[in-house]
Parts: sequence; structure tokens; C-alpha cells
Amino acid sequence: MTTFIATIEHVVKGPVWGCQDCGQCVLHSTGMTCPMNCPKTLRNGPCGGVRENGHCEVKPEMKCVWLKAYDRTQDWPLPATWKAEYNHLRPPVDNRLKGTSSWKNFFTKRDRWTPTGWKNSTDESAAQGADH
Amino acid sequence: MSTLEHKLTKTNETVFTAEFHTLDGNGFEKAKKVADRFRGWFDGVNATDNTAAHAHVSNVASAIAMKQLGLEPILQVVCRDKNRLAQQADIMGASMFGVENFVALTGDDVTAGDESEARRVFDLDGPQLVRLMSTIKRGEYMSGRKIDPAPHMFIGAVENPGAPPFEYRVQRVAKKYAAGAKFLQLQICYHQDRLEKFCAGVRDAGLAGKIAIIPTIVLVKGARPLNFMHNSVPGIDVPADQIARVEKAADPAEEAYLQTLEFSQHALAQPGVRGLHITDFRNDDTLERLMTDLGRVRRITTTNEDKDDHAYSA
Ligand code: SF4
Repeated sequence: MTTFIATIEHVVKGPVWGCQDCGQCVLHSTGMTCPMNCPKTLRNGPCGGVRENGHCEVKPEMKCVWLKAYDRTQDWPLPATWKAEYNHLRPPVDNRLKGTSSWKNFFTKRDRWTPTGWKNSTDESAAQGADH
Repeated sequence: MSTLEHKLTKTNETVFTAEFHTLDGNGFEKAKKVADRFRGWFDGVNATDNTAAHAHVSNVASAIAMKQLGLEPILQVVCRDKNRLAQQADIMGASMFGVENFVALTGDDVTAGDESEARRVFDLDGPQLVRLMSTIKRGEYMSGRKIDPAPHMFIGAVENPGAPPFEYRVQRVAKKYAAGAKFLQLQICYHQDRLEKFCAGVRDAGLAGKIAIIPTIVLVKGARPLNFMHNSVPGIDVPADQIARVEKAADPAEEAYLQTLEFSQHALAQPGVRGLHITDFRNDDTLERLMTDLGRVRRITTTNEDKDDHAYSA
């Protein structure tokens, strides 16, 4: 059953969004642009190498994934809650989920698991410590 | 507390950081020479991590050498070559030798280097690496395993004010600040208007005073390196008139210096800018000249190594 869902998901998301089957989908928060198509698989915005014409440092023929994500988040009629998530710090990829269905992982909340150290670090805890 | 952290968090002083030279064969001897030129001028020097995707002496080894040679290292950690386990090992390893300044960056792609066939890693991205550094500083590895005592860390990040999408770059600063970055080294930007807008954006986002902006300035001898950066360094655009200005000058080396000085003064005048990061491609007396023209006084404190010149000889 799990494989069946993964196959359906791949068939649907592959051609439309260029899904790379990372198993922890963030499309809704990135203007429906799959960050795994960035050659560096960056999940938190563009690198410093974006070309003057907005194309990718690594693949000059391709528009930077993050320019697309940025434009679409602003221009497309996406739900406000999705747009609000655009600037959230997305956690590191859980490489164990590669090839599994993100739909299933979403419903089981498996895709929201993060390592303990990551979970214990918050914006507040990170902001502290400048003065000791 | 490192000098860099002290100056940036407790004083209003302008700070100067620099890029250490890459080391290869006979690395320690070269490190000594560079240290002799740099000592007393800088509040921190970047121990680079395979710059431009070329293999060199490692960031951690360079940082330890700098410590021994009386410089204050800033350990650069890049995401291209190592996964999160190796990055944590580097941070802890450097910290064991007293390194306190860390800067996280995504890094150029492997295709920018001379071994394009290598596997690119990017297990973490830049903002995630900043958060990981904050996690270690709090006393935990990524897994939650305790580090006791936690290492002392002053954490920074990098941003490119000169590459699209311009407005979004400021949002990235906010994200890196939230992840724990207290200073921000900028990539070299030859468009003054872009730097102005970037700094104004950081201020308008309420981040001025929270994250110290340190733009990069490059010392070059003529138009050739400008052309090289324009054509070959990802994300760097040098306007044609800036190249022509040096190219057509009667004395290109002098004009290139004046250009650097002008960009330095312009950068230092922007809101939120707390200092400059200097990359020296000239290796001549203009480093001293620039620092002096910018009002910096060289301060050499005697270290154990200076007292006994042979203490650190290889
Ligand atoms: S330019 Fe854009 S798509 Fe290319 S590697 Fe950088 S962030 Fe990824």
C-alpha cells in the first residue's frame, strides 16, 4: 500500500512539480516550487551565486529555483497561511525518507520529525548568548 | 570572548577582518609570512574552507596555525564538501584549539572548482548550518547528545547583496539572524546602489544593531582580476565602467587602489555596517596603505610565539 501511494504521488507530482521524492514535501511553502530541483538542494533560499539574469550558478540554462519560488509566492493566489510559511527556517532533510510518500508522511506526521538538538534550538535560544 | 565578539557586541569600534591566504605545499611557512603581514591589523581572519571549490589545507588546520601565529581565526564552514556529522566534527575540533569565531556559508558549487566531477554534498544549507552552530553553542549536537561544557562560539553568516533576488536577500538575513547569526560578512559588491539598498533594507527590517554587517573589499592590481571576477565568479557582477576606469587609467595599479579606497569608504558609511572584510590579491604595500587611509592603527600585542620565535617553527 505504501509503495502504491508513493507511486501515485510520483506520477502526479513528478511531471508537474519536478518532484524528487524527498518524502517531506514543502511545496506549499515555496510557491509550489520544488527546492530539490536546486542543484545544491537548498531548502532555505537562494545561494550567493545567482547570475545577473536570475539564472542558476550551476545550470546557466535554468532560472534559479528560488527566484521562481519567490515570484510565485508573491504572485500566485496561494492561501495566506502557505505564503506566511515562506520565510520559515525549514529543517535539514531527513535522508531516510527519500523515496517514500510525502502524502503518507504528512498524514502520519512523520515528516515533522526533527532531531532533538534541532528541536531544542529555537529563535529565542539562538538570539541569546551575545552577551556572555 | 574573542576580540571580534567583544568589539562588535560591547563597543562601537569599526572592525576589520581579512581572508587568510589559501595554503598548499609548505603551508606553515606560508602561513607565517601571511601572519607577519596581517598581525596587528585585523580583529579576525577567515580560515577558508576549500575556497572556490578547490582543495587546499583544511579550514581547521589553517585556524589552528593562525592561533599559533598570533592571529584570531574565524572558522569558515561550507556546506559543499561535508555532511552534518563532519561539519560538527570540524566545529568541535577547532573549538578544542580555542577557535571562537565561526562563519557558516552555503559555498560555491563543485562546478566552480577544478574537480567538477566530485560529489556535491549540501547535506545542510547555509541557514540550517547557522542553526546547527547555535545548537552546539547551546551545548548539544544535532542529535540532542549533550556537550559539556558547551564551546564558546560567536556565530556569523554570509550574504550576497549584489545577486538577485535583491529584496529577498534581506529576508534571508532575517532568517539567518533568527537562526543565530550575530555578524554577516558580505560578498564583494561592485554596485554601490545595491549595497545601499541592502543595508537600508536590513535597517528597515529592524535588524540594525542586532547583526553586524561587514562588507567585503578586494585589493586588486589592475583590470584583469576585475574581469576575472565579473566573468568567472558566480554571483559577482562588475559594471563595465568600473572595469574601464582601471583599464584606461594612466596608472592602473594606482587607480585600482583608489577604487578600492572609494568602495571601502562608501561601504563604511552605510547604516548597520560595522567593519570591512578585506581580500588582498595584491600582496604589496597597499594593504598597509588602505588600513592607514581608513584610520586604522596597527596594534601588535606580544604573544608567547613572538617572545620565542622558534616556538612555532615547523
Ligand atoms: S542559483 Fe538558485 S538554483 Fe542554482 S544552486 Fe543557487 S540557489 Fe540553487
